[in-house]
Amino acid sequence: MSATETTTASGAQAGQAERRLTTARAISEGIAQEMERDPAVVVLGEDVGAYGGIFGATGGLLEQFGPDRVLDTPISETAFIGLGIGAAVEGMRPVVELMFADFFGVCMDQIYNHMAKIHFESGGNVKVPMVLTMAAGGGYSDAEQHSQCLWGTFAHLPGMKVVVPSNPADAKGLMISAIRDDNPVVYVFHKGIMGLPWMAKNPRSIAHVPEEPYETPIGKAAVAREGTDATVVTLSLSVHHALDVAEKLAEQDGVDLEVIDLRSLVPLDTETVLSSVARTGRLLVVDEDYQSFGLSGEIAARVAETDPGLLRAPLRRVAVPDVPIPYARSLEQAVLPTPERIEAGVHDLLKA
Amino acid sequence: MDSKTRLDLYRVMVICRTYEEAILREYHADKKPAFDIGAGLVPGEMHLSAGQEPVAAGVCAHLRPGDAVTATHRPHHVAIAHGVDLDKMTAEIFGREGGLGRGRGGHMHLFDPNVHFSCSGIIAEGLPPALGQAFAFKRGEGDRVAVAVTGEGAANQGAFHESLNLAALWKLPVIFVVEDNDWAISVPRDVSTAIGSNADRAAAYGMPGQRIADNDVDAIYTVAGDAVARARAGEGPTLLEIHTLRLWGHFEGDPQAYRPELADVPGRDPIPAYEQRLTEAGVLNPGMAAEIKDEASARVEKAIAFAKSSPVPAPETALQYVFA
Repeated sequence: MSATETTTASGAQAGQAERRLTTARAISEGIAQEMERDPAVVVLGEDVGAYGGIFGATGGLLEQFGPDRVLDTPISETAFIGLGIGAAVEGMRPVVELMFADFFGVCMDQIYNHMAKIHFESGGNVKVPMVLTMAAGGGYSDAEQHSQCLWGTFAHLPGMKVVVPSNPADAKGLMISAIRDDNPVVYVFHKGIMGLPWMAKNPRSIAHVPEEPYETPIGKAAVAREGTDATVVTLSLSVHHALDVAEKLAEQDGVDLEVIDLRSLVPLDTETVLSSVARTGRLLVVDEDYQSFGLSGEIAARVAETDPGLLRAPLRRVAVPDVPIPYARSLEQAVLPTPERIEAGVHDLLKA
Repeated sequence: MDSKTRLDLYRVMVICRTYEEAILREYHADKKPAFDIGAGLVPGEMHLSAGQEPVAAGVCAHLRPGDAVTATHRPHHVAIAHGVDLDKMTAEIFGREGGLGRGRGGHMHLFDPNVHFSCSGIIAEGLPPALGQAFAFKRGEGDRVAVAVTGEGAANQGAFHESLNLAALWKLPVIFVVEDNDWAISVPRDVSTAIGSNADRAAAYGMPGQRIADNDVDAIYTVAGDAVARARAGEGPTLLEIHTLRLWGHFEGDPQAYRPELADVPGRDPIPAYEQRLTEAGVLNPGMAAEIKDEASARVEKAIAFAKSSPVPAPETALQYVFA
């Protein structure tokens, strides 16, 4: 499913094959390399074994490491996430998959009252080095209970780092960083970036990934595209949409957008956002999570708290407008931050 | 059972009770005349374990260094019986920098990694982490076990049932201990639970289950010994339900108006009963009992003094320890 695509990119020097991996494959490669390095790393979750993860994040791990280290669990998220916590407290480094972010409702107590608080409650004496992975996002008509992003909810609650990669190379590096981190890390992958053969995908969800293990720093945003006219702050699948819009508008209207890929929500790289906004004077926040009380408001607040004068025009937001994600394609596409809505948001911002 | 074991059980029960009596005294000392839950040297909710000492003593007697215990919102007796650092535990209850959690956690959130002890204020949610500790132990050297203590009210929580299934499925070295003190705050078990014994629920998960009546520390010791041995031998989890006694309120300040048998409660106190039984058996005499109580009192007062002498956490450190 999540096959490694090894091709020779056009223009590459003869003999230098570019390793092109899907994001799913990049994630599982990161986990595999850490499992090779550190016997304390185990993988737990529903369908992480023979299936390889419903969205491919654990593909090939069972074959490589066997059922002692890659364990399919019962549909008992409270039990197996809590098990991950106890194992982490005893020095293991579990990677635990919650199949959909939407499912946090059946196990949130273990996540926010235990995983995220034990280090604090213990005055720093107990560490919980675990990674909680989860699939997020819509765009394929999976409706209200299987399409949410919800990363803002995890980021709102203290004690867990939250990372949200947008591309294969960052996905691998952030996974390795997450496993090596001594804190609980919530690792959210959008289904639309995984490069799955059974879902429409952006071409950027299959890209070059270095073979050797490497860390992508948690808490450091990336400038995905440099530009001068406005800053688009976004993450995950919306980075792809924003880059597509930026390319289109550059060609069509001569508009030069800067696109910031946050990559981490906790810690949030406020500096990179502020320095970009300081240059462009215009800010659009694109977020596939719900609009109110979330990431887009947080970005706005951090700019306003620092210096509202950085903005030469009122900022704009493109997010899910506080409705559940509908099933019908026509309705779903109306509320997701599609390229069309992002483009309209940019126009609105530039004429303000 | 030999005399030494029984005296040890008595000694543990006595220090647990002595401790709770001291905390009771300190908790209420500066909440007079009007009770204000947030006031005083020990603020906040306070769930004391008087009456439940036989559970802690009988179960923890079988544990060794390296074994783990997770307890509940009513954790002191289990913590003491498992050998949690008494000075630091007390300082934590007093919210001091010298506490187990540097005053961040308080009495429902005690973590002593040296003895692998933790507790949680959320009903039944201490069970899943115990599974994880057992999971780690099973993969490591030795025959370490994890004990997960919870209450009879917790046996109707999803976390309880998920944990029993997963522990049995993976044959984890866990002992589930249900403290049935008859009351989920004000709700009696016949209002909350469809069956008479939660131990019967073990059969649904393919593990042995046993209910122990009468808050009997000798019986608890014997049955818990079998369960711990079973876990150490790699035979998987056991579910024990122990009918115990909540001698005092759910929390301090609970008027217990809902409790019809209140007048009979002091007569069911397990410690005088055990004292009498040991005396009749020639294991204990009044002089020994007095000595054991004096020792307990001295140890507890030392812990209280340690707590009071420990500094209050500086407000400017409130943001520390969110991340490692």
